[in-house]
Amino acid sequence: MATLIDREQLQQMVDSGAQLIEVLPANEYAEDHLPGAVSHPLRQLEKESGQIDRNRPVIVYCWDAA
Amino acid sequence: MAPRAAARLQAMGFREIHEYKAGKLDWLAAGLPTEGANSQLPRASAAARKDVPTCGPDERLGDVRARSEAARWDAAVVVDESDVVLGLLRAMELAKGDDLRVAEAMRPGPSTFRPYVPIKEMADYMVEHKLESAPVTTSDGKLVGLLLRSEAVDLASGCEDCARKMISVAE
Repeated sequence: MATLIDREQLQQMVDSGAQLIEVLPANEYAEDHLPGAVSHPLRQLEKESGQIDRNRPVIVYCWDAA
Repeated sequence: MAPRAAARLQAMGFREIHEYKAGKLDWLAAGLPTEGANSQLPRASAAARKDVPTCGPDERLGDVRARSEAARWDAAVVVDESDVVLGLLRAMELAKGDDLRVAEAMRPGPSTFRPYVPIKEMADYMVEHKLESAPVTTSDGKLVGLLLRSEAVDLASGCEDCARKMISVAE
């Protein structure tokens, strides 16, 4: 089960090497995304999972809690 | 969407998964930098006047008017002790009786806008809805500043419109 984190925790974890993944559609990523985030839209997650490092923590986000 | 992504990653065998629950809106609302096509567009926070006078709901209206006039403002934002916006005093409210409490004179619960709304969208909205001014607040209601329509329109001139509309009008 994923651990819920806030903004400050996110910044600390990214500084420590965590991977930041936006799971929104690619066009929404292209408009605005968090610095350093990569795009792996939810619908393509299985197909693109090989691009995600399994040995580093992963942080996923979308627009909000919805 | 993020919870489903986290669940899928877990099913695929990823071990350490975290979810930034508040998401991109929280990041934008905090005024933090972003990357992407919209990242360089001016937003509401860029034009919101941080020097707008503020007051509490229990202050005497005459005192607030005097303070606002001294600062060359014809508006003031009513906030609580945490800086959460409670109301707005425009020129017409500030002109009411000196001895009224601010809470009795203010326009309560004005629509508030998030700092990340592109300035072009803000300007268009303010013109369409005939808003002379609009409080810009964080997602938890704390005052960032007061956006004046004339300044929003000036800043927006020549700005590209964004495809995505970002205005979220809150109580």
